Order: sequence, then structure tokens, then C-alpha cells
Amino acid sequence: MELHVSLQKSFGAFSLDVTFTVQGERVGVFGPSGSGKSTLASLLAGLQQPDNGVIRLDGELIYDSQGAINVPPEQRRIGIVFQRPYLFPHMSVKGNLLYGYKRSAPANRRIDFDSLVAVLQIGHLLSRGVHNLSGGEKQRVAIGRTVLSSPRLLLMDEPLSALDDTLKFQIIDYLKAASEAFRIPYLFISHSLLEMRIMADRVLAVSAGRIEAQTTAEDLARSRMGLSPVGYINLLRLAHPRRVGGMSAYAWGGTELLISAGSDRPEALFELSSKDIILIKQHPDAISARNLLDCAVSGTFRSGNKVGVDLACGDGRLVAEVVQEAARELGIEKGSRLFAAIKASAFRRLG
Amino acid sequence: MPAFTSAEYLAILLSLKVAIVSTLVSLPFGLGVAYLMTYRQFRGKVALDVAVNLPLTLPPVVIGYILLLLLGQKGFIGRHLLQPLGIRLIFTWKAAVIATAVVGFPLMVRSIRLGMESVDERLIQAARTLGAGWFDTIVTVIIPLSLRGIAAGSALMFARGLGEFGATIVVAGNIPGVTQTIPLAIYEYASSPGGDRMALALCLVSVLISVVVLLFHEYFNRRIAKAG
Repeated sequence: MELHVSLQKSFGAFSLDVTFTVQGERVGVFGPSGSGKSTLASLLAGLQQPDNGVIRLDGELIYDSQGAINVPPEQRRIGIVFQRPYLFPHMSVKGNLLYGYKRSAPANRRIDFDSLVAVLQIGHLLSRGVHNLSGGEKQRVAIGRTVLSSPRLLLMDEPLSALDDTLKFQIIDYLKAASEAFRIPYLFISHSLLEMRIMADRVLAVSAGRIEAQTTAEDLARSRMGLSPVGYINLLRLAHPRRVGGMSAYAWGGTELLISAGSDRPEALFELSSKDIILIKQHPDAISARNLLDCAVSGTFRSGNKVGVDLACGDGRLVAEVVQEAARELGIEKGSRLFAAIKASAFRRLG
Repeated sequence: MPAFTSAEYLAILLSLKVAIVSTLVSLPFGLGVAYLMTYRQFRGKVALDVAVNLPLTLPPVVIGYILLLLLGQKGFIGRHLLQPLGIRLIFTWKAAVIATAVVGFPLMVRSIRLGMESVDERLIQAARTLGAGWFDTIVTVIIPLSLRGIAAGSALMFARGLGEFGATIVVAGNIPGVTQTIPLAIYEYASSPGGDRMALALCLVSVLISVVVLLFHEYFNRRIAKAG
């Protein structure tokens, strides 16, 4: 997918003025609320009119104020998943799912109804009315409805922010599964850096109606480490735990990580803040932290007044942060060896 | 209760006919105007709003007189449109339908508008991005979701139609068996000596029809609430 956008829109004191070209299948739009992300989504989908500008999707001009081109929303084939499901209340789940499907040109239909229903696990809901669904079920149906319309670009406008944490990570799995299974390029809009890390490769950072940077989710997380109160979040997808003295032991990087907040599920996602990793030069005799990892420094980076340390522990990778004095005292540089001490309680399970 | 003669039965039937036909004829226009007023921005929107609501504040007799001037043989519409087509409206039941439609129209539009305004805009946007054009969206999303407003508007208009007097008597006259509706018949009985019992009996019929309309409206509303 290639999207070229150059748009201006102002209302009241706020003005959106963005120009960018982005390529990729998993694109993120990141920024605080009120920065213009949702306005951008509305303009792309044709639900609002820009003051002037150009939108070109995969080489096709869908909006051009100069040439007076303005493809109406129903012909743009840009689907939206909103923050809330907005299911049609007068239709059944199946009626909702098929709404866009029936209206798509048969030549464009790439998604099979049954396989979508299987991926989103909504088969048992089909004949129900939409009022009898839980929040997570509603959002799954909303995702299915949009995907079934076979859009060439999927806009996800904060699709997770109305959900609680547990549900959020369930829906993320469904979103990923659906977009991977049916290969629909998407623009994932969110104020959450964590969601960006999980959902997006390329990221457009938006602030006050302007594009601040086009970067990757990883670089964005690193550059914000020094400013963020939670530091850099290491994301670890761990599997097949074994119970050890009230904790769970997960295989990772050629060794095992001991985690208090383990789960019985075969696979789980954990976050670990760069602030919760203590770096030690020599092996201590005894330490209360349950994880002591022998690591090599594979690189360092600056972020604010902090130094980020890339650690290679076997084939596992972590980012730790230290203040500059500590970096100097420890003599941290590429290739140096360190021990990383992590408390078992420092890992937080997501979802 | 006195025995009704055929004139009274005709008045009752005509009242029902005029109210039903004017409601049905107005419905598509009511939907169209309510849609324009709710969803579209255009020049002259205020003027349209005023024009639609004017009959609400004007005395019905004035409306009847304006219609008479417009539709009569010397009127603008009467001379240039109706006469060439060989249509005569004045002093027929069709004139009563037009008078009733004009008088009841603002009530209908207001109710439908309220219904349409209560439809979440995001649902309409969702429909558009799912491939539905604007007319498709009206038919499959906006109308089904504003059914309550549409039902209320139709019921109001129907009820108003049953009671229409001022505009009808001017434009359709009070011809027994031809244009005499229940209110006109009551008026005639009430103003003639010894007609009190007949007037009262027709009043009872009016009350009965109104109660039936209200009950039906309530029943319909409940069904929508259940389905929605």
C-alpha cells in the first residue's frame, strides 16, 4: 500500500496541515488526543471534506481540490473500525457482517465469509441481535463487518481505547489474525505507544495537527524512553511455562525467566520496563532478584538524560536504561559484559 | 344514540379517507424534507424551514384561502397547471386532502426530524464507508432507525387530518356526501336547530377513532422498541 496525502483543514482555532507519503502494510498514526488523528481518518475516508489538498491511494487519485476530484466514501473502499463498534441496532450479527459484503463488487471480494467468522470466532453469534453481545464480541463483529467489505485500506481509529486491558489484548490478537489472514493494509490510529509497538511497523507521529516524524514504532519508543515515566517497554512473548515454587518459568534467550505474574495459558505477552532492569558489573554472591542474566551490550543510545542499553542475553534482546553517570562508572560500551538483575515481580502480563 | 343516515356514514368514511390519503401522500415528502433539514447544508435552508412550519402558526382558514387563490380557476397553479391537464380540485375531496396535507405537514416533518436527529451519525458514516450510497443509507439505516419518529409523525398527521376544519371548509366546501367530513358535519348539526344529538353522536365517533389511532400508535411503538 502506498498512501500519499497532502491536506489542509481548519476549524476554529485548530488546523490540520499534513503532507506525507507512507508505504507498508502496517502503518501507525501516533499522537496525543486532540492532535488531529481522527480528523485525518475522516478526511481519508471521505467523511469530512478538506479545505484543500490531495489524497492518492496506490496511485489512484481519490481527492484533489485542484482537479475537483472527490470520490464519495462508498466508492473509496477505505474501511473504518471506530473506537466503539457502532453496529446497526436493527440488524442481526449476520446482517451487520454482510452489510458491506453485499455492497462490494464481486470482483473485489477477497474475503470468504466462513473463514472470517472462524478467525474472529463469532460463528455462535450470527443469528443473535447485536444488543445481546458483550463489548468484546461487538468489537469483533465490527472488525468483521469492515473486513468483509474488502477494503483496500483499513483505518482503525483507536479501536481498542474503549476496552479494558484484558479485552484489549484479546482484540489485538483478533485484529492481527484478521489482517494477517486476509492481508489488508491498515492505518492504525492510537495514542498508545504500546499498541503502536504491537500493531505497526512504520509510524507517523502526529502532534498539534502536524506530522512530527515518520519513523518506526521501535525508534519512537527509544526516542521517548528518557521522557516517559515508564521508560522503554520491553515486550516479551513467552510460551510454555513451568511452575517453579509459586512462580512461572518461561524459556527465553537460552535461559529461563522467573515471573510472578505467570499464566496457565500456553502463550502470554509480558511487558518489562527498562527502569526495572538493574545492571551489575560483577556477578553478586546472592541477590533477591530472581533473574540474573549474563548479557553483552550490543549498543547504546541517548534519550533525554538517560542512556539506553541494548542487551543481548543469549538470543534474547532487552533494553535497559541508566543515568549517564552510571553508564560511565559501569564502563558501558558496545561489547562489554554485564549482569542484568530483574525481579520476578517486574514483569507485567498483558491481557 | 340516533341512527346515522347515509350522509353521516359518508362523512365518517370521507374523514378516514382524507386523513389516510393525506398522510400517505405527505409521507415521502415529509421524509425528504426531514432528511434535507437534518443532514444537508444548503442555501435557503432557513427559508424552507419557515415555509414548512408556517402552517403551524397560520390560522387554517388563511391556509385554505391561500390554497383557494393558488388552486382556483384564476389561481397560478390552477390556471397554468391544473386547467391544461383537465384537473379540477376545488370543492372536491382531493382539495380536502391537499388542505389537510398542508396543515398537518409541519407536524409530520417535526416528528420525523426528531427521529432522524436521534440516529447516531457514526452509524451513517459506517454505512457509507461500507459501500452504501446516500440513498441506500437512507433506506437501510436512517429510515429503519427513525421509525418511531416516522410513526409518531404519521399518527399526528392522521389525527390532525381527522380534525381538519378551517382550511377544508374554505377550499373544499361543506357538501354532504362529497366533501363533508366529520368536523364539518358536526358544525352543520351544531348550528342547526335540533341537531345536538347528531352532533354529539358524531363527536363520540371522533373520540372513538382518535382512541383507536392512539392505541395503534402505542402498540406500534412497543413493537419497534422490542425489535430494536
